[in-house]
Amino acid sequence: MNIGDLYSQHDFWLSIGQPLENWLVGLGVPNWLVALIYVAVGGAAILGAITVFVIIAIWAERRFIARLQDRLGPNRVGKFGLLQSVADAVKLLGKEIIRPRQADPFLHFLAPALILGASLMVWAVIPWGPGLHVTDLNVAVLYLLAFGAIPALGVTIAGWGSTNKYSLFGGMRAVVQYVSYEVPGAVVLIVPVLLARSMSLQDIVQAQSGPLWNWFVFQPVFFVGPIPIPIPIIGLIAFVYYLIAGLAETNRTPFDHVEADSELTGGFTTEYSGMQFALFFLAEYANSIAVGLLASTLFLGGYHTGLGDAVDNAIWILLPGVLITKAAIIFLIFVWVRGTLPRFRYDQLMQFAWKRMLPVSIALVSLSALFASLSSLLGPIIRLAPGVR
Amino acid sequence: MADTLIPERISTFNPELGDTMFESLGVQGVVEDDNLLTLNLGPQHPSTHGVFRLIMQLQGETVIGATPIMGYLHRSTEKLGEARTYVQGTVLTDRMDYLSPITTNWAYALAIERLTGLVVPERAEFLRVITGELSRIQSHLIAVGTFGMDVGTYGTPLLYALRERESVLDLLSLPTGVRMNPSYIRYGGVARDAPPEFFPQLEKFLRIFPSKIDEYEAILTSNEVFRNRTIGVGMIPPEVARAYSVTGPILRASGVDYDVRRAEPYSIYDRFDWEVPVRYNGDCFDRYMIRVLEMRQSTRILQQALDAISEGDIRAKMPKVLKPAKGEAYARIEGPKGEIGFYLISDGTPNPYRYNVRPPSFVNLTCLSQIAVGHKLADAVVILGSFDIVMGEVDR
Repeated sequence: MNIGDLYSQHDFWLSIGQPLENWLVGLGVPNWLVALIYVAVGGAAILGAITVFVIIAIWAERRFIARLQDRLGPNRVGKFGLLQSVADAVKLLGKEIIRPRQADPFLHFLAPALILGASLMVWAVIPWGPGLHVTDLNVAVLYLLAFGAIPALGVTIAGWGSTNKYSLFGGMRAVVQYVSYEVPGAVVLIVPVLLARSMSLQDIVQAQSGPLWNWFVFQPVFFVGPIPIPIPIIGLIAFVYYLIAGLAETNRTPFDHVEADSELTGGFTTEYSGMQFALFFLAEYANSIAVGLLASTLFLGGYHTGLGDAVDNAIWILLPGVLITKAAIIFLIFVWVRGTLPRFRYDQLMQFAWKRMLPVSIALVSLSALFASLSSLLGPIIRLAPGVR
Repeated sequence: MADTLIPERISTFNPELGDTMFESLGVQGVVEDDNLLTLNLGPQHPSTHGVFRLIMQLQGETVIGATPIMGYLHRSTEKLGEARTYVQGTVLTDRMDYLSPITTNWAYALAIERLTGLVVPERAEFLRVITGELSRIQSHLIAVGTFGMDVGTYGTPLLYALRERESVLDLLSLPTGVRMNPSYIRYGGVARDAPPEFFPQLEKFLRIFPSKIDEYEAILTSNEVFRNRTIGVGMIPPEVARAYSVTGPILRASGVDYDVRRAEPYSIYDRFDWEVPVRYNGDCFDRYMIRVLEMRQSTRILQQALDAISEGDIRAKMPKVLKPAKGEAYARIEGPKGEIGFYLISDGTPNPYRYNVRPPSFVNLTCLSQIAVGHKLADAVVILGSFDIVMGEVDR
């Protein structure tokens, strides 16, 4: 059975996007205007989704961590306190933006915009459903790496431009931490690329369609006749490493050295107030959710339910919800980690990245390359994924 | 740019940024070097536990010099004590170690009793031990919880500890009437008797508390990140601890088996069967562990005191206005943070002639600048947290 055929019936683009385009063109709307409308609608939808997700994520994190800590959390504004983040945003909007006299005006202003911009860009390549994406770049993984590196620059110039020693420490730590975790994080990204033999995120998701054991997190899967035996030495470790690197790159506990409130009072955010601070906050949560979405896309089958193509096909309109559910679970795991773990010390963080994670992730890439070539030779016994072309 | 990462405009010595202030404060040992960064930690800083101030010289992230500056919470308690009668002086002791006021009350009461020869009735001694050990538990709960914050948790151990502190405060408010600043232990006895419902509630608390200690241990003691952050950090060798006259859990974590409750038994501590926990590495982890173990030992003492307490007077017979004969007395007890000493001189009037305190936090803090040197900035904060200081007591 050809997966492409199966999804050609139920594809967001083919079922909704293209008929709508044809209808608009049929009305006499010029092609360039249709394209413009699509870009505008797509961009607005993504921005709206990010805002809604961030508001819900902040609320969920506060409620969940409150339950972990035996308290209630925000429960006053709106039903279950759901509008607490909105109230906070309104409060921050009304606050004065204070820039220290000694700060570098341009860098101080630029940093929050740069960080938020970079974290929003990542969302452009996420495949939400079959045929549902802002853009399906064929080098999406490289794009992720490129835009994933920009927040480091933003945090650094925020720390430098604030002219505050605590901010400067935050900025200096940011450079080292982001760069260190970028390396193992990037190396494990090669694992799904090797398994799917594509850098396009849609292709990576399609390669994980079908039954549960096709998810990259369970690879390699050995077959004794028709019975799958997942021995997830590659997939699981790569997935966990990707999450760890994601924690480090989104500045969350136990890697929150850049803010480290007990040492650096607020790190690079020390001299930011009002909406500028809110932008940092928004970017941090947008990044955290994006890590959850990308981890689901790369390792947990993306928008696939794992119950087989027939089920996926039957509930195709709900598939974005499947992806969001997976991402929400990963986000809640992040919150759980935050509620449990203390902070690593700075040098321990470096040791962990360079001495533990990097060698293992390089070994993982070699192993997955080995299995990828073995699977083409010994197809019936070792099969990595059905999408291997 | 020079061969340094520090921008020109926030380099170490810039008079506009207030480096002359350091000189006027008498900060010693600040080296003029472009590669060093002088970092002012506090007095308003999340992890200085009050208004403590620490001026550190850093090379990168490494502390190469630390100068503590105290006195931001100075309220001249000792002078105030001289201007008040003996019973009024009790209220001042509450405000020193406000996390465990009853132990400071106790040291003060003991000094007056040594001065006057008042004999405390037995029930009052039991009530003193019970409330004193509850205070110790409460203080150690805060110490363990805030230490978790200093190591970088998002407050989960602290909130677990605060949950039990609530029950301890509820318990303490039964005999004392208030949650904080109770002035409960006064010379000659205690302020009021415990109501009958206090003892069953204490019994219940003692039953559940050990399992709660297990919870803190589960989230901190066995936590790999926590162990990495605290084991081998801020080691105080026993000779250094002795040289700085460090007392309390810090001293016992350094392997010195010394507890005033056993070395110089006061009250009725010689009647109970308990152990003095001692650990030998002297690092932050051991200081944390000593506090956890002491909470378990306090539970033991409390259980025995609860079983043995009998009816009786709670206050000795004494005059309305106390006028001790001329003389002096020194009393010391084992507070949760170390040895609390009170030195009183009487000149025969209703007011003490000298009202002198030996605050454990203050004495313990003196070795910070030696211990913190050579560690990372993050470790300096952890070391400060492991000292468990209360600024009300340090500055008085």
